[in-house]
Amino acid sequence: MSILETDGDRLLTALRGLLAAKGIATPQEIAERIRITEGGSPAQGARMVAKAWVDPAYRALMLSDGARAAEQLGIPMRGAPPLGVLEDTPELHNLVVCTLCSCYPRAVLGYPPFWFKSAAYRARAVRDPRGLLTEWGTVLPDHVKLRVVDSTADYRWMVLPLQPAGTEGWPEEKLAGIVREGDMIGVTFPAAG
Amino acid sequence: MEKDVPRATHDLGGVSKFMCEPVDTEPHAFTDFDREVDAIRQLLGMKKIMSVDELRRGVESIPEADYHRLTYYQRWIRSITDTLLRKGVITEAELRAALEAG
Amino acid sequence: MMLRPGTRVHVKNDWPETRGPCHIRTPHYLRGETGTVLRHLGDFPNPEDLAFARPAPKLPLYHVRFDQPALWHEGRAGDEVVVEIYGSWLEAAL
Repeated sequence: MSILETDGDRLLTALRGLLAAKGIATPQEIAERIRITEGGSPAQGARMVAKAWVDPAYRALMLSDGARAAEQLGIPMRGAPPLGVLEDTPELHNLVVCTLCSCYPRAVLGYPPFWFKSAAYRARAVRDPRGLLTEWGTVLPDHVKLRVVDSTADYRWMVLPLQPAGTEGWPEEKLAGIVREGDMIGVTFPAAG
Repeated sequence: MEKDVPRATHDLGGVSKFMCEPVDTEPHAFTDFDREVDAIRQLLGMKKIMSVDELRRGVESIPEADYHRLTYYQRWIRSITDTLLRKGVITEAELRAALEAG
Repeated sequence: MMLRPGTRVHVKNDWPETRGPCHIRTPHYLRGETGTVLRHLGDFPNPEDLAFARPAPKLPLYHVRFDQPALWHEGRAGDEVVVEIYGSWLEAAL
């Protein structure tokens, strides 16, 4: 048996010790990195979406340079890949997948959810996307065009969904509260509540 | 149509055998193992010891049966170990000793 | 050569994974297919080199649109797939 087939927990314990002993990654550095990473969450992306719904200048910035728009809300983007924002319209719905691995806009949405990493999602999104959406109970009207964005390279992509009917005039914070993770990948739509 | 040419395991877009497989849309909690492996990979990248591209190459070299059996971050720890060994950042003797020490 | 938005392009009909160890970011399902350049996304180091810690020259990266039903001979007319593809994998279609 190759040493690489060793159980993952044992490999991690061994590597943790070796990397600390070599001064490559100390337990303190690891703990700090985990803390920083956990700062990314769907609530960050939701704040961007809500602001774009109420502020046309911010929407324009977000569509032209997602990373700058994120930074403007205090979301740290240093070292993160460029962020592209895909605008839904009444005629066009966007859906993000990474068929090759699991590229995900982590800086603004946090760790990718389990389903995004699954073989079924990755395989079906580019071939049977409308069937895939029904797994979430999402039915796309026939007159709406579907654009599947396969995230294969240096960008990360998030969806700017349509503001749901019945939320006109809501304050930004309340709007941010209805935007979920799946809405910003395109498997679900935000709803008024 | 799925193309007739041999395909790498990880290259999953449109692969027929997954077309009827349901998606598990339930939330799965992140484990301490997942968080730590993720953090170590980030640190190795920041310190220019191994790139995300090398991580992917290592994941892609995992045999198909193991690829689908292992969890996402189990693939990662295997790829990280593989890459660090290949680059001589750690030696197999060091790794064996550390595994035995537990 | 820079590809302009609107240019029709072929994805190379090439299968490096059949020849030995490699790392490719052009999905299997797009090889040999024809699409349209939407825009140039920037220039990025070639991941096929980065994956082996080799010096990696920068390549232009394009967002390319493909007709989704044409890829699979199934699906809804008008749906599309948009993918990031490096210039080294594209050739202008005549």
